[in-house]
Amino acid sequence: MRKPKTVIEKIWEKHVVHHEEGKPDLLYIDLHLVHEVTSPQAFEGLRINNRKVRRPDLTFATMDHNVPTIHRNVIKDEVSKTQMETLKTNCEEFNVPLADIHHPDQGIVHVIGPELGLTQPGKTIVCGDSHTSTHGAFGALAFGIGTSEVEHVLATQTIWQAKPKTLNVKVNGKLGTGVTAKDLILAIIGKFGVKFGTGYVIEYTGEAIRDLSMEGRMTVCNMSIEAGARAGLISPDDTTVEFLRGRRHVPTGEAFDQLAEEWKALATDEGAIYDETVEINAADIEPQVTWGTNPGMCIPVSANVPSVEDGQSDNDKEEIKRALEYMGLQGGEPISSVAIEHVFIGSCTNSRFADLKKAADIVKGHHVHPNVRAIVVPGSHSVKKQAEDAGIDIIFKEAGFEWRDAGCSMCLAMNDDVVPEGERCASTSNRNFEGRQGTGARTHLVSPEMAAAAAVKGHFVDVRTLGVPAHN
Amino acid sequence: MEPIRKHTGLVYPLNRANVDTDQIIPKQFLKRISRQGFGQFVFYNWRFDSKGTLRDDFSLNQPKYEGTSILVAGENFGCGSSREHAPWALLDYGFRVVIAPSYADIFYNNCTKNGILPVILSDDEVQTLIKNAETEQYYLTVDLEAKKVYDNKGFEATFDLDSYKREMLLNGWDDIAVTLTHVDKIDQFEANRK
Repeated sequence: MRKPKTVIEKIWEKHVVHHEEGKPDLLYIDLHLVHEVTSPQAFEGLRINNRKVRRPDLTFATMDHNVPTIHRNVIKDEVSKTQMETLKTNCEEFNVPLADIHHPDQGIVHVIGPELGLTQPGKTIVCGDSHTSTHGAFGALAFGIGTSEVEHVLATQTIWQAKPKTLNVKVNGKLGTGVTAKDLILAIIGKFGVKFGTGYVIEYTGEAIRDLSMEGRMTVCNMSIEAGARAGLISPDDTTVEFLRGRRHVPTGEAFDQLAEEWKALATDEGAIYDETVEINAADIEPQVTWGTNPGMCIPVSANVPSVEDGQSDNDKEEIKRALEYMGLQGGEPISSVAIEHVFIGSCTNSRFADLKKAADIVKGHHVHPNVRAIVVPGSHSVKKQAEDAGIDIIFKEAGFEWRDAGCSMCLAMNDDVVPEGERCASTSNRNFEGRQGTGARTHLVSPEMAAAAAVKGHFVDVRTLGVPAHN
Repeated sequence: MEPIRKHTGLVYPLNRANVDTDQIIPKQFLKRISRQGFGQFVFYNWRFDSKGTLRDDFSLNQPKYEGTSILVAGENFGCGSSREHAPWALLDYGFRVVIAPSYADIFYNNCTKNGILPVILSDDEVQTLIKNAETEQYYLTVDLEAKKVYDNKGFEATFDLDSYKREMLLNGWDDIAVTLTHVDKIDQFEANRK
């Protein structure tokens, strides 16, 4: 009998171009996504060495990190403008397809890849962005790379990679009503820490993962990097196939059916062995809120902020102390009593149509609290249009939210969407690092539903007490 | 990149765990399109106050660490964003070596592509180095050929680094040039897929 294999091993074996004992493998890359911030130096490197892009047809570029989400025809920031124009020039020079700021396909690179059907099971996908792990939701091996590696992939369509160890994160049982994919991944990181995935590729398995929609799976895989893992993926199944059916870059008819069978055959075999396995029970998970300055510093919404004395070691205590100080919180105070001034619904973690729809369901018929400024930034031009066709923009606008154009926006605040110093934001993004949303800004990571509820109440609140519609 | 074989330098101790790349180089400095000039912005939000004045209470600003080239830090150093601007900023500031108990994978990789040697030592060894460097001007030698870290007072530790990365760092090789020696295999791989 053939040795059972994980989806990770199956993809890896199909992509090894060169193998030499004791060295990393040379791995072929099927899809290279490019954006304006981590690519200019790579293209410049090609130019200096008189090299070409080997496979422009396997490369796709967009503008997302830097783009304004309002008044897009006049970009006031000259440095940002130069960076975007540089991408345009580079794509023209090297024949790379580009969805620029005004293109109907423009959006956050990790939203448009799946949307266009460029992201497919079994592919190796890289991008100069750590949240490339998002594409793992489709059973692709997808990971973030630095700019030197961007240049390497542009020039050779390959990358040197040591075969990763495999980590099975098994989520048993079902998530409760009102508990989302975002709460699940935050709870996983909260339980196992911000570096438990370092050196591994994670495969998420178990009933609660199978039950998730593709949007939910993308949210989970997106934050694998926050657990230390460069890549996190989910074996392809019927949910994956149905999401991709009819998308622009997938075949149609019989060719699609044949491909779908190949995709499903990639799923991890019964009895395959992982280097490591951890388990968590979905039913135990409550809606989560981060209180500190890394995503592992998260608690259920019903809990109190930890105190310095809760630290397990001197270093741990020091870390809690620094985080409390930065966040302007008192150890022991209930997280639900913490008032916020900003709400950001968006980012590659939570800006898809399904995310916006669920947030809108909470907001409908309510108004944003007078002390709160709330913005919704759709993940792509296409998400924005779909939401507008469904009237979701009206729900947000009537409730007092600002309805913006697509981009990374306040997740990393490279454009003008910045949280002022000392102010607090309930954010559906992925990182609550110091200064992430603006110098001195205080970020609390939550699900779209929890962000919507906080916008209405002006403080964190258990969304389940507001009577949430049941969906995951 | 510049080869690194043996390096002796002044140690700067940063006794913090989970230092993310947003701290190493905040996003407002990622808009440049060259690899140069990022050193002035390294640890910007810790080194400068909101008016852009150097903060006395951040240790890197102390005169005793001027000219430092070896950074010693806590676990999971370089976590978060894949921005290679982080190693560019460290290198441009003058750091050639980082020593920590563990690193985020992408940052670790990015260091080795830019001639920064990321050394992994045990928690205890790192704490010893941090204490030494907090109490006095402390110099270390890092020898990549021998895979050893030592001072002139008896501290000695060995470290590991995969042979491919070690070779690239020792020689300062451009790995695209190395890969292109395998171009026939890439051609073959693509031909087999059609």
